[in-house]
Amino acid sequence: MIALSVNGKLYQVEVPPDVPLLWVLREQLKLTGTKFGCGAGLCGACTVHVDGKAERSCQIPVKDAQGKKITTIEGLAGNHPVKKAWLTEEVSQCGWCQPGQIMAATALLKENPRPTDGEIDNAMVDNLCRCGTYQRIRRAIHTAAQEAGKGGKK
Amino acid sequence: MSEFIMLSRRDFLKTGALVGGGLILGFYLPFADSDSCAAEQTKGFAPNAFIRVDHDGGITFIVNKSEMGQGVYTSLPMLIAEELECDWRKVTVEASPVAAVYDHTVFGSMVTGGSTSVWSEWERLSKAGATAREMLIAAAAKTWRVEPASCHADNSRVIHASGKALAYGELVDKAAKMPIPKDVQLKNPDTYKIVGTPRHRLDSPAKVNGTAQFGLDTRLPGMLTAVVARSPVFGGKVVSYKADRAKAVPGVKQVVQVPSGVAVVAKSFWGAKKGREALDISWDEGEWAKLSTPDMHRDYAGLAKTPGLIARKAGDPEQAYALATHKISAEYHVPYLAHAAMEPLNCTVDLRGDGCDIWTGSQMQTGDRNAAARIAGLKPEQVKIHTTFLGGGFGRRANPHSDFVIEAVEVAKVVRKPVKVVWTREDDMRGGYYRPIWSDRLTAGLDGNGNLIAWWHTIVGQSIIAGTPFEAAMIKNGIDGASVEGAQDIPYAIPHLLVDLHSPQIGVPVLWWRSVGHSHTAFVVESFLDEAAHVTGKDPYEFRRVLLVEKPRHRGVLELAAQKAGWGSTLPAGRGRGIAVHESFGSFIAQVAEVSVTPEGVVRVHRVVCAIDCGRTVNPDTIAAQMQSGIAFGLSAALHGAITLKNGRVEQSNFHDYPLLRMNEMPQVEVHIVPSKEKPGGVGEPGVPPIAPAVANAVFALTGARLRTLPMTPETVLKAMKG
Repeated sequence: MIALSVNGKLYQVEVPPDVPLLWVLREQLKLTGTKFGCGAGLCGACTVHVDGKAERSCQIPVKDAQGKKITTIEGLAGNHPVKKAWLTEEVSQCGWCQPGQIMAATALLKENPRPTDGEIDNAMVDNLCRCGTYQRIRRAIHTAAQEAGKGGKK
Repeated sequence: MSEFIMLSRRDFLKTGALVGGGLILGFYLPFADSDSCAAEQTKGFAPNAFIRVDHDGGITFIVNKSEMGQGVYTSLPMLIAEELECDWRKVTVEASPVAAVYDHTVFGSMVTGGSTSVWSEWERLSKAGATAREMLIAAAAKTWRVEPASCHADNSRVIHASGKALAYGELVDKAAKMPIPKDVQLKNPDTYKIVGTPRHRLDSPAKVNGTAQFGLDTRLPGMLTAVVARSPVFGGKVVSYKADRAKAVPGVKQVVQVPSGVAVVAKSFWGAKKGREALDISWDEGEWAKLSTPDMHRDYAGLAKTPGLIARKAGDPEQAYALATHKISAEYHVPYLAHAAMEPLNCTVDLRGDGCDIWTGSQMQTGDRNAAARIAGLKPEQVKIHTTFLGGGFGRRANPHSDFVIEAVEVAKVVRKPVKVVWTREDDMRGGYYRPIWSDRLTAGLDGNGNLIAWWHTIVGQSIIAGTPFEAAMIKNGIDGASVEGAQDIPYAIPHLLVDLHSPQIGVPVLWWRSVGHSHTAFVVESFLDEAAHVTGKDPYEFRRVLLVEKPRHRGVLELAAQKAGWGSTLPAGRGRGIAVHESFGSFIAQVAEVSVTPEGVVRVHRVVCAIDCGRTVNPDTIAAQMQSGIAFGLSAALHGAITLKNGRVEQSNFHDYPLLRMNEMPQVEVHIVPSKEKPGGVGEPGVPPIAPAVANAVFALTGARLRTLPMTPETVLKAMKG
C-alpha cells in the first residue's frame, strides 16, 4: 500500500512502487486533468505540484511521492488568478497541455510574482503546446500576476 | 416513446449549397430520424438535429464537427445562435452521434477537415436556427392571438409589439406543435450581433479546470488497457512471438496477436507497457527494410529532372525559357513530418455480441464507424462512435484507413471486455501517416526587364489520396490534387508555365498534415519567387505586387502585411525581413517575418506580421488564435521537424529528437484581419503555409544564404551560408 496526499486528501493505493505518479493520478485516483504527453519528462503535460514545486509526474515513481503534498489541476481553486487569466486571455485551443501549463505558471508566480517575458520563457520552456498558444500563455501569466497583485494575494 | 417531442415531417428543408468549383449539391435536414436526435432522452423543443431548447431555457447545440482546438464548438454555435436569437450565455454543446443528418454538406460523410467547417455549415446551421426562431415566434403569437409579424425574437425571448414577452423556455411545448415553416428568412448579415464579434470559447472552462473529456480520459467499468508492439518497419508482419515473460509482468491479463502486431492487455497502462517491453517478437520486415530517407531524396532529385504528368501547362514554357535573359534553377527538399498532437493516439472499444461503442477523438467518424463494423462483423448502425475532445488533430485523426480505430477493435475482438488501446509517444511518433517527403525542381526565365516569363515546377512525392475512398474524386488523370495544390494554381501572372508531377510509391504511410500540399508548395513557390526577384535586384515585395495585379485579395493581404510590418523601413543591425503570400482553403494570407541568425547558425524569429482575408468572419478572436497557432505549427516544421528513416526504421521517437517550437522560440505575432463580405474561407490550416518561406526569405535578406532544404537546422544554415 502506498499512501498519497493529493489535493488535501489522503489516499491508499495498491500499485507497484515504480509506477509513475501520473498513471496513479489518472487511473487509480481518477484525476484525469493531469495529462500524458511523452512519458519522458520532455513536454510538461503531466505537470503537478509536489510540495509546491512544478514537477513532471511521469518521472516520479509513486513510491517517491509518499509523504509529499501533491496538487493537481483539480486541486487548484476554480477562482485561482491563473485559471481566471487563462479564461480572460482565451489561451486554450485543443486544451491537452493546458493543465500542465497552468500548474507550471502557478508555481512560477508563487516564486516570482511579477515575472518578465524572459523569466516566463525560462520557466515555461519545458511545457510544449502543439497548438502554439505561447503568446497567450505569456499574456495570461502577466494578467494573473497583475490580478494577484491587486488582491494582495500570496 | 421518450418525452422528446417528435416532429414528423421529413425533408422540409431542402436546399442547395454552392461550393468550391460551382458544384451544386442538395442536402437535407431530416427531422425525426431515429438516429438524428441526440436529444432523444430529454424533453424539450428539438426542431431539428442541431438544436434543443429545454423548459428551463437551456439551449443545447448538437455539433457535428470535432473540436480539436480550432474553435468549432464555438464558431458553429455562433452561427445557430445568431439566427435563433438566443441568450448566448445559456448555450451548451454536445457532440453529435454518427448519422447521415450530420454528414459533411460536401464530403457526404462525417468529416472535420480541410478547414471547411464554417463555410460548409453556414447555410444549414443558419437555417436550422432561423427555423427554430420562427417556430418559437409562432408559438408566442398563437398564445397571444396576435400576428407572428407583430412579434420578434431577442435574447431567448419572443417580444410582442406591445412589449409583452415570453421566454423561450416557456414556449417549448407549444413551439414543438407549430407547423414547420417551408422557407425561412435569414438575417441580413449587416444586422448580425454575434457572428463577426469576438466570443469566448464555450470549451475553455472545462479545459482550464481539467474536466474536459478527451479520448484518453475515457473510463469504463471493468476496462482494460492495451499497448501494441508494432513492426519496426512499415508493412512488416509478426512471424512468431514469445509471451511468457510479458505474461509474468504484474497486471498483465492477456497477450494477443492482431494484424498490426502483438497487443499486451493489462489492468493498467504501466502493466501493459512493462509487458510489452518483455515481449520477444520475430518480424518479417517485408520489402521496405532497406529504405532510408537520404536515398529517397537522392532518387526524388533524379526523378525531378525527368518530365512528370502534367498538372498544368500555359503558353510555351520551353521556348520562353530559351529566349530568357536571366535563367535560374534550383532544387528544394522537405522531409516527412509527424503530426505529433499532444494527446497520443488512443481508442477505447466496448464490443459486445450485438453492438459496439467506441470512444475516440476522430475527425472522420462515419469512416471509422464503418471500418469498425466491418472488423467487428456488425452492421454500421450497431456501432456507436462517441466523439471526445481531440488533444490535437492536424489531420492525423482523419485517417481514411482508420488505423487506430481498426486496431483497437481487433484487440477488443479477442479481449471481449472494454479495452483502451493507448499509444505511447514513441508509438505515435513512429506510427507513420506522415506528411510526405517532397522534392521539387524549379526553373524560371526572366526577360531583360526582369519580367518573369517562364516557370517550370516539377514536384516529386507520394500521393496521399491514392488508395483511399477519395481517389475517384480527387485524382484526375493520375494527378493527385493534394500534391500540386498551391503550385499548379500559382497566383502570379506568368505567361509560360508548366507544373508536372511524379508520384512514387513508397511503403511509408502518408496523410494530410495541417495544410496538406500547401505545407510544401508555399515554401517552394514563395522561396523560388524570391530567388527570381533577387536575380534582377528587385524588391521581393514590389516584385510580387506587380505579378498580382489581377489578384486583388492576394495583393490586399500582401500590402496590408507589408504596411503593418514597416516593409522597407530600416531594421536593427543583425535583423532581416522576409515576406510570403499564399492562398489556401479559401483564405488569403501574407506574412512578414523578422529574423536573426546566431553565429552557430540558429535561426531566431522575432516578429511575424500576418494579414488574413478569410471573407466574412465568425469569431475574430479564433481567427487570430488560429493564425498564431498556424505560425507556431509551421515554425516547428521550418526550424526543427524531420522524420527520417534508416533501414526502414524511423529514427525519431519523442520530443528530444522531434523537437517542437517552445515558448522561448515563439515570435511576437500580430494578426490583421481584412474586413470582407466575401464567402467565408477556412482558418484552421491557412496560417501554416506562408511562414516557412517568409522566414527563409528573411534569412536570405539577412545573410545572402538561400535555404532550400527544411528544416533550417544550424548545420543546414551554416552550410548555406558557406555557399
